[in-house]
Amino acid sequence: MAERSFEQEVEKLKLGAGAEFRGEGILAITKALLESGVSYVAGYQGAPISHLMDVLADANDILAELGVHFENSANEATAAATLAASVNYPLRGAVTFKSIVGVNVASDALSNLASGGVTGGALIIIGEDYGEGSSIMQERVHPFAMKSQIWLLDPRPNLPSIVNAVKQGFALSEATNTPVMLEVRIRACHVHGRFETKDNVRPSYTLRDAMESPRRQTDRIVLPPASYLHEKEKIETRWPAAVKFIEDHKLNEFFDGDLTDIGIVLQGGMYNTTLRALELAGLADSLGHSRVPLYVLNVTYPLIDRELVRFAQGKRAILIVEEGQPEFIEQAVNTILRRADIQTQIEGKGLLPMAGEYTGGVVRDGVKAFVRAWRPDAISDAPPSNEGAVRIAAAAKAIEHNVHPRPPSFCTGCPERPIFTALKLVERELGAHHVSCDIGCHLFSILPPFNIGATTMGYGLGGAGASAFNAKADRRAIAFLGDGGFWHNGLTSSIGNAVFNKSDNVHVIVDNGYTSATGGQDVLSSKADNKIRSTHNSIEKAVRGVGVEWVRTITHTYDVGQMRDTLREALTTKEKGPKVIVAQSECMLNKQRRERPLMVKAIKGGERVVRERFGVDPDTCTGDHSCIRLSGCPSLTVAPNPDPLRTEPVTKVINSCVGCGLCGEVAHAAVLCPSFYRASIINNPSRWDHLKARLRNAVIGFLQRRIAARQFAAAA
Amino acid sequence: MNAPFPQRPRPITIAILAMGGEGGGVLADWIVDLAESNRYIAQLTSVPGVAQRTGATIYYLELYPRAGITDAAHEPVLALMPTPGDVDIVIASELMEAGRAIQRGLITPDRTTLIASINRVFSMTERIAMADGRVDAEKLIEACRSAAKTMHAFDMAAIAEATGSVISAVLFGAIAGAGVLPFPRQAFEGAIKRGGKGIAASVAAFTAGFEATTAGDATVKTPAVTLPPPTLDGQDSDETPTRAPPHKPVPAELLEEAEKFPPAARAIVRAGIERTADYQSLAYARLYLDRLAPVAKADSDGRLITETARQLALGMTYEDTIRVAELKIRPSRFQRVREEVRVNDGQILEIAEFMHPRTQEIADTLPAPLGRFILHTGWMRGLIDRLTRKGRVVKTSSLRGFLLLYIVASLKPLRPRSLRYEVENAHLVEWLATVQRIAATHYDLAVEVAAARNLVKGYGDTHERGRRCFDALIAMLPALSQRPDGAAQLAALRKAANADDTGAALEAAIAKMKEPQLEPSS
Repeated sequence: MAERSFEQEVEKLKLGAGAEFRGEGILAITKALLESGVSYVAGYQGAPISHLMDVLADANDILAELGVHFENSANEATAAATLAASVNYPLRGAVTFKSIVGVNVASDALSNLASGGVTGGALIIIGEDYGEGSSIMQERVHPFAMKSQIWLLDPRPNLPSIVNAVKQGFALSEATNTPVMLEVRIRACHVHGRFETKDNVRPSYTLRDAMESPRRQTDRIVLPPASYLHEKEKIETRWPAAVKFIEDHKLNEFFDGDLTDIGIVLQGGMYNTTLRALELAGLADSLGHSRVPLYVLNVTYPLIDRELVRFAQGKRAILIVEEGQPEFIEQAVNTILRRADIQTQIEGKGLLPMAGEYTGGVVRDGVKAFVRAWRPDAISDAPPSNEGAVRIAAAAKAIEHNVHPRPPSFCTGCPERPIFTALKLVERELGAHHVSCDIGCHLFSILPPFNIGATTMGYGLGGAGASAFNAKADRRAIAFLGDGGFWHNGLTSSIGNAVFNKSDNVHVIVDNGYTSATGGQDVLSSKADNKIRSTHNSIEKAVRGVGVEWVRTITHTYDVGQMRDTLREALTTKEKGPKVIVAQSECMLNKQRRERPLMVKAIKGGERVVRERFGVDPDTCTGDHSCIRLSGCPSLTVAPNPDPLRTEPVTKVINSCVGCGLCGEVAHAAVLCPSFYRASIINNPSRWDHLKARLRNAVIGFLQRRIAARQFAAAA
Repeated sequence: MNAPFPQRPRPITIAILAMGGEGGGVLADWIVDLAESNRYIAQLTSVPGVAQRTGATIYYLELYPRAGITDAAHEPVLALMPTPGDVDIVIASELMEAGRAIQRGLITPDRTTLIASINRVFSMTERIAMADGRVDAEKLIEACRSAAKTMHAFDMAAIAEATGSVISAVLFGAIAGAGVLPFPRQAFEGAIKRGGKGIAASVAAFTAGFEATTAGDATVKTPAVTLPPPTLDGQDSDETPTRAPPHKPVPAELLEEAEKFPPAARAIVRAGIERTADYQSLAYARLYLDRLAPVAKADSDGRLITETARQLALGMTYEDTIRVAELKIRPSRFQRVREEVRVNDGQILEIAEFMHPRTQEIADTLPAPLGRFILHTGWMRGLIDRLTRKGRVVKTSSLRGFLLLYIVASLKPLRPRSLRYEVENAHLVEWLATVQRIAATHYDLAVEVAAARNLVKGYGDTHERGRRCFDALIAMLPALSQRPDGAAQLAALRKAANADDTGAALEAAIAKMKEPQLEPSS
């Protein structure tokens, strides 16, 4: 079960014609799919479209009612290949995954799909993970669209425009026999807005129809000579059809303004930011009236030469607002206008930065610079209050070293943390090892306090990233892999590869029951019962199936001692072949979400429930914080030292502690200090509990009174 | 300049800086509901991603009055991210996050109302420091006060705690109390009630936040910041036990001895007397005072005696197994745990300790000759090593566990004959002699030598590492006492010793200090 439940929100998917939908972007996209008569949907989770997958999963009943099939794909390549259903049949299909990494994985299938082309509308919804909060390399999807000739939509970031783009995307795909990518930026995915709904549409042609009367067209398969034909067809037929459709249906938008000798060409996704920039320059209002004419590219590939020529004609200069690099659009516009012999000056990456996110401040500065250069009369740029600027600068300077970066880290009670604690302890004995990381929460190991890990080459590629280290050496390389990455492709790319190449490396598969980093979706090995998916498939069986002989499954990662001993054994055993440790404990975030309500209910119901949490005695803690350096748990923090003789803060466990036990295990395994205690709080104690407690209290109380009588007052 | 636009309303811009999992989303949803229920259009965006995993994150909202819309074809175009200099309200759920808002240019003196909780959630850097890595909270508050147009700042985490709710409800109350949104208080409460979950607690926290904000004069540009006494972390202010059985007081005439010391040192000396008396005996406290007396004579401005009094008290009350056992079974300690883990009367509390006494600690507790025999006899040591390989969980709340620790604690009279006492005492006496010797000629350096004793702390490996660092510093004294900046150099070495737990920084600092100095001859 995913981290966030959309069970309530999905009810909005049933809204009929004329109702107002209010909610998040991804939910609006789902509604638009249903209004478009989609037959099947598939995808792989990852920010910012994880919630789209969660919405679809939670909406499965609604989808089924409409005859829409939904799949949680094994990976993005699987998702893209799913669109093969639209090659021969008039079936509308949509798949979704995150840029750019998802597109990378999907590229084989996408190229094949784009080459042969489609009959039914094929839509690829790309969650653009670029800029602030992004967890991946900063690259563009744009060149993928260009190289495979897939049309690329980048609608204005408001719900009506996004919903419209979904619908027009299907139509464009069908009119041009070409798959279409819909690029939605991270904030647009999560934007709360509204739009007017229409009725959902049942697909008129169904998957069942296709399966019962199969069709094939060999000229749609990528094999010579058809593949040569496809390339010609792309240029001679599909491209002109796309240009015509885009022009006829006015997918791109023109906004007039009175400063007719300048203009701005912008990606649809940059519209709101650009308009705010104009507003701050006194050149637009909040309702979208702009003095500078705008040409909004809701379709960023292909560009429409005629529209660009029309817009640029008679203008002294245009500014291109294009986020990301290289500046494909700017280059293309230069070519287009040069070919049309139009001398309008083209500004773009000269005034705006080549790299980096186009934030509000960046675009404001670029737009102002553009207008100041070409229409200085139009801009009344009141110089910012000097006094204010000085005050801000001084304030920022004063706290220069007082604001630390706060990157994400392992959650309270995370079962992955003890694995790295154990590795740190093993490295104290055996020295440092080369560690290859993967994608997932476990990648937080590279940050303090663990500082473990040298590279990450991609999802499921932890083992693959260590494959060259297959030489005779006294130390083995260690590779990490999550259960998400394992099932995504790690079984073959990392484990199978290590078996085949007779590697001696150690592979730690972190099996916490979910793809936790993307929001806790189920995978094949999840322990949860999922009514629409097959779970409980064992990772150990899978790795043994591909030929691994040395496998250890640890079912309680919090046992640091056992974890450490197993790692030591894996690193030192004489046995040949890859050593695989399946480190199994449920993601604490998900476990708490499941168990906490049950516990509260049980306590209310009068059942005996024991809750555990940890604590630190401030009078024995000497403020060295070794324990934090070996754990980093958010519940393990520091507090002022109550001891007047000491100045260093003591360690403190705050009430968010879930009692995972790691603190105690670390204190034991690392021989730290005796300050940690475990408090077991017995709710609704039984009569036996009461009897025991009374007996103990009598004896202990007696002795404690004696102690108190001898003990001198520590603080007056 | 021609302005063809009639004066139109601008959106209200709100940035919420929070940490993943803190409920920033709940607050944002309340504001959306509040606006939409009161004739405003609301747009909210966030960047969930992995920042949800305890990282810093921003929620951004824009609110636009429906009354401002002139025709159906022109809906307001709202930004998806804050533009520096264009934010009306910044809400920070924690003090360092407020500082982050300043660094990002979101708080400006011409327009921004800052609503911030000044509680601290310490960063990883602050938490993993080997000594005190906490940043200066006062500086952050001062910067906020200077950057914002108006500031409402108080410890909202403490209020949330007291009302049994979450910080987002207190923040919501503070927004209402600050009067920066065009909605009445009832409208805010309506949004909470429509939200559904934990309404009563949320409303209580909201009310407390509202009242705390309006109690100060909200029209004042920078209302006074209410700081919880005595530390910045309000949650810790009442940590001392309240209901533990009474102790035996340290005799007044002994405590009065502290009055003979310079005023600056008196509080520390008094604490030292109490600590040593509690640790061993009244005679031990007198030994403490006797040892301090010569240092007091060498003191010139109070710094030397204060630091020595502190370190001597800590050094004389090192944490051995007896001390730990004693502290663990005290009635005041049981009471403190009850309070810290919030046990109520219907519940039963059990306490378990995580202890790992090794051969070294066992030998340390025994009389010196016996302890040395164990440590230096191979088979004996091997036997005990095997028996103590694993840590023990001792249930102090059970009779067995309690009695075990009670027996260990009752070894106290034997302590002065123990191996550990012998070693610690020798080390301490030597250090004290060094302090006095250096003080005669290099007062500042002596103060630093006194302070350097602080490196020796902790248990097991930590203690051994501290001792090694301390010895390395002391070994530098002959060289340092030749230098005019010897005290500063020793302070730098102490800092280096605390920079990492491998000793690499200290080694590098010492190596650098040993390099021949290229000073112009004067």
